[in-house]
Amino acid sequence: MNVFDIIGPVMIGPSSSHTAGAVRLGRVVNKLIDDRQLKKVEIVLSGSFARTYKGHGTDRALLAGIMGYKSYSPEIRDALTIADEKGIDYSFIKEDLKGAHPNTAKIHYYLTDGTEGVMQGASIGGGNILVNQINGMSVEFNGDNNTLLVMHEDKPGVIAGVTNLMHWEHADLNISNFHLSRQEKGGDAIMTIEIDNQPPETLVDDIRQIEHVTNAILIRRI
Amino acid sequence: MLKYETIAELVSEAEKRNIKISELVLEDQAKSMEKEPSKLLDKMATDFDIMVESVNEGSKKNQRSMSGLTGGEGFLMNEYVQRTGGGLSGELMTKAMGRALSVAGCNASMGKIVATPTAGSCGILPGCLVTLYEDRGYDKKDVIMSLFTAGAFGMVIANRASIAGANGGCQAECGSAAAMAAAALVELMGGTPAQCADACAMAISSQMGLVCDPVAGLVEIPCIKRNVSGLMIAFSSADMALAGIKAKIPVDECLDAMKEVGDAMVPALKETAVGGLAGTPTGKKLKEKVFGSNK
Repeated sequence: MNVFDIIGPVMIGPSSSHTAGAVRLGRVVNKLIDDRQLKKVEIVLSGSFARTYKGHGTDRALLAGIMGYKSYSPEIRDALTIADEKGIDYSFIKEDLKGAHPNTAKIHYYLTDGTEGVMQGASIGGGNILVNQINGMSVEFNGDNNTLLVMHEDKPGVIAGVTNLMHWEHADLNISNFHLSRQEKGGDAIMTIEIDNQPPETLVDDIRQIEHVTNAILIRRI
Repeated sequence: MLKYETIAELVSEAEKRNIKISELVLEDQAKSMEKEPSKLLDKMATDFDIMVESVNEGSKKNQRSMSGLTGGEGFLMNEYVQRTGGGLSGELMTKAMGRALSVAGCNASMGKIVATPTAGSCGILPGCLVTLYEDRGYDKKDVIMSLFTAGAFGMVIANRASIAGANGGCQAECGSAAAMAAAALVELMGGTPAQCADACAMAISSQMGLVCDPVAGLVEIPCIKRNVSGLMIAFSSADMALAGIKAKIPVDECLDAMKEVGDAMVPALKETAVGGLAGTPTGKKLKEKVFGSNK
């Protein structure tokens, strides 16, 4: 903690958990989409998000984050209009997701190139977030660190391939957190790797070359 | 490096070196964040400018919250100050109240604010410090420095007790903000580090036990007005300390008591929008008005 955690953050009100945290959740999806074109989003609001989203502007905050705005962007207030202007088809669905944190959003996005994806995460207080699921696989990261997501087939040696590459090619990279999840033995799997320092642009492309790796995404600090 | 586990540490270090708490904290934070002190000053100056902007933004006549439950409080207060020449509490205080209301209103209408320490309590520090800057002519640089003192006191409160309504009730949000502001006011007025600690202790003592009971779960009722009561407590605590009145219970013990009281508070009174004002017949009716009656 430093002095700017107390005098700050600068944010659009009214609530750090229901507004600022919601923007950050949206921003995770923005990073997943990268520079591709968004066509449609379906946003499931669960728990307290479902009950109070209108008064806290949680809907606008999530949508603003998905479009790439930050928790201090004044555009948050007009996010619905901006999404309309951009031709993004959006909808909000109230549904209590079983076992989920009270402030949870599940965001299903569809891109113009035909691909789609789902992210589920929670706003856990003070603007902090925890991402729980990406494309049906469980992950666990908070966006405070640079986070590498490696989608791969569940085969022996893939983890070693990734971490060896990180060690031998980028010796200064230090892993602060590692989480692995798979749908079934030998099926699709996902590594969540949080990194202390700033990974080079080339890292993701290098990892994509590794055998059995299907995709890699770097989510820089949210 | 400072630990920020006790306020006694801040006071004794500052006294030992015969410097202000803000100077001590700026030096320490620059070291721990591995940045030049000038960078931290620039960042704090930006934060202060945003505070001034949020005062202006929230004082507009048409300011309305997202839910429509509140709005225009800052405007009404400012108009009253103009009309009466300072109402009952005098021009300085009523204008300060207007500023606290404006910033809290700006927050409720999705405007830009600095969370100090939280969004719910964001009107107290700007209410105090923008007033000393604009109405008492204090040097902007000194006002910005005093925010380092406020921030340091806030860090100790966060470490020792809590700054989240969900953990400690409103005493943790508006209570902490008032205590931080009281310390900053004392330093700006030329008080000693020990007087900063006394003012903080008196502000904490004055709001001990305050519950967090937002109507409909929104940061509006009673939050917006509690920013005013927090501001008044910050001013009165600072004035008492500067008058030489000492806190009888040392500040760090006050913080421990605040934590104990927060822990003992039932969940219905900790930001769950169940108890207190949220649970009154009118509170429930207002909730229905905003969200409908199904949930």
